[in-house]
Amino acid sequence: MKVLLVDDEVELVSAMAERLGFRDVDADWADNGESALAMAEETAYDVAVLDMKMPRLSGLELMELLAERHPDMKFIFLSGHGSEADFKAGCAAGCNYLIKPIQLEDLVALIHKVAA
Amino acid sequence: MASLMEKVRPQFWDTGSDVGAGKSLFNYRRIWRFAIFLLALVALVPLMVMAFIDYNVTRHSLESENLLRTSRTTSNTRRTVAYFLKERTKALDFLAQEQGVEALRDNKNLAKGLASLQQSFGGFVDIGVIDDRGRQIAYIGPYDLLGRNYSGQEGFATTMAHGTYISRVFLGFRDEPHLVVSRKVRDSETGEDFILRATLDTDQFNSILTNLDLPGGGDAFVVDRDGIIQTPSKEHGSLLTKVDLAIPGYSDSTRVEQVRGGDGMAYTVGYAYIHDTPFIVLVVKHTRELMKPLQTIRMELLWILITSIIVILLVIVGVATYMVNKIYIADQTRARTLHRMEHTNRMASIGRLAAGVAHEINNPLAIINEKAGLIHDLFTYKQEYALDERLLGNIDSILNSVLRCGKITKRLLSFARHIDVETDEIEFKDLANEVVDFLRKEAEYRSITIEMDIPEKLPPFISDRGKLQQIFLNLVNNAFQAMNDGGHLSISARETAWDQLVFTVADDGCGIPESDIKRIFDPFFSTKKKTGGTGLGLSITYGLVQELGGTMTVESEVGKGTTFTIIMPLKGDNTEDMTDKA
Repeated sequence: MKVLLVDDEVELVSAMAERLGFRDVDADWADNGESALAMAEETAYDVAVLDMKMPRLSGLELMELLAERHPDMKFIFLSGHGSEADFKAGCAAGCNYLIKPIQLEDLVALIHKVAA
Repeated sequence: MASLMEKVRPQFWDTGSDVGAGKSLFNYRRIWRFAIFLLALVALVPLMVMAFIDYNVTRHSLESENLLRTSRTTSNTRRTVAYFLKERTKALDFLAQEQGVEALRDNKNLAKGLASLQQSFGGFVDIGVIDDRGRQIAYIGPYDLLGRNYSGQEGFATTMAHGTYISRVFLGFRDEPHLVVSRKVRDSETGEDFILRATLDTDQFNSILTNLDLPGGGDAFVVDRDGIIQTPSKEHGSLLTKVDLAIPGYSDSTRVEQVRGGDGMAYTVGYAYIHDTPFIVLVVKHTRELMKPLQTIRMELLWILITSIIVILLVIVGVATYMVNKIYIADQTRARTLHRMEHTNRMASIGRLAAGVAHEINNPLAIINEKAGLIHDLFTYKQEYALDERLLGNIDSILNSVLRCGKITKRLLSFARHIDVETDEIEFKDLANEVVDFLRKEAEYRSITIEMDIPEKLPPFISDRGKLQQIFLNLVNNAFQAMNDGGHLSISARETAWDQLVFTVADDGCGIPESDIKRIFDPFFSTKKKTGGTGLGLSITYGLVQELGGTMTVESEVGKGTTFTIIMPLKGDNTEDMTDKA
């Protein structure tokens, strides 16, 4: 199972990818939407974990682009807003999300759930 | 009496300018006094002016009516007196014509003439014939006046010159008052002039005047031109003495004057000179008696005036009190709304600030979380560090701190979010815990015990979370300020049978004096002015409770503590209605 992590905070996303590796989740990371799209062209990812708020391409915009090109890809959102209500307003019903700061075990569980 | 004052005293009465900084603009008592003064001025001044004018007009018309009436009486009396005297002189004329002057020189004939005069007119005492040199050539009467010379007397000359003479009254036969009437007659045969001279007693003359019916104790009599009283007067001197009133100068017509008598009283005097006689008719009335109707009118006017003034003043005071009270209530409501809005605005900006800070901190926090998590993973998954418990302990403590910080930022964000109006399903226990969490550190420092008596199975209710938080935060804050270190705060909640929830926040602090308890929900009322109180906390709290459709009451005893009770409806619909109305 391949997972793509996208967040504009390199320190965060790199550490997260490494930690997922310890838990047998093969994760690559990108720190912006463009490189994420490029990486998705080369590798088939099962799940994309996207930060909501990023410069240029936001999490939602990136999801639309990725979903267009890779219809089988599943998405998980990360939000720093802390507000579930705000998040729900910008996200379609039934989408999966976690509030930062996250517990990595929660993310792992969610990835497995989404991919299944 | 004092309790009655307490009851009728309007709400605005106790709001002195010392109550708050913003209140100095609204001196309601001054507005009230000013309104009363102005209304009373425009209502009472015209009323009093009208009453004054009316009184004067009435007095004036009464006075002129009295003058007119006196004048008429005087004229009539003059006419009667003049007629009486004329009649006597004409009688002498008639006698001379009838008998012939020659015959009258015979005493027998003269006696017959006197007898017939006495019979037909009465009052004749004697009669004599005087020749043109002044000698009395015939006489019938009680005196022996035959041959007496009258040429030096005033009466002789006047008669010869004018044809008629009427004397003043004098004491004649038997000291009775008499007057003389003389008439020049011409002997048609010889062409010589003679004078017929008769003396009259004054009984008939007097009765003309004494029989006069004068209303209100008037006095009518005759004086001569020197002011000597000629006929009996009731009040102004005895016969043939000087009258105690000033005699006005000669006038052809009847006049009426207001004069002051010898006794110092005011009199209305009508006087009329009688032509060709020394007499003046005086009709004297007490001005006070004449003006008596004015007294009645004055009393009536005064009663009407006093009653009107009382009614007008009552209405003015009532209306002014009502209006100023309305203004006061409107101002209060406006101030409350205004400051609640201000407070809401301030809370909203604090909220935005909090949200900004929380969001900014959240990102580095997430990085710390991941990095610490990574270190933890490295130590756990790579066996060489797994046994170093001290390192793992440190990392766990970092992770725990991150967790705590995360909770704080979440709480800040949730606080910021609830500033906006939003209804929500609320578990009161959670809400109370959230509020108390804000103050738990202060409670620990001051060793204040917080007791919570909230049943687990309390039904959730629909309301605005942010506003409820504010309400309870304000009340708990208030309680903290009222309590000394080591105090007890208790928060309780229960459900009533009428779909309501009752919350109480009770402290054992300093309490509120009875005199202040009525005003604690007023904007700007504060007993903590010196320590920075704005006087808005409870006012805002009260407004918020109302906005949520609830009611709020307070019980307090000085030295024992204060209990605030809030009753909230369980259903949210109610709340919306109330908010709309507010």
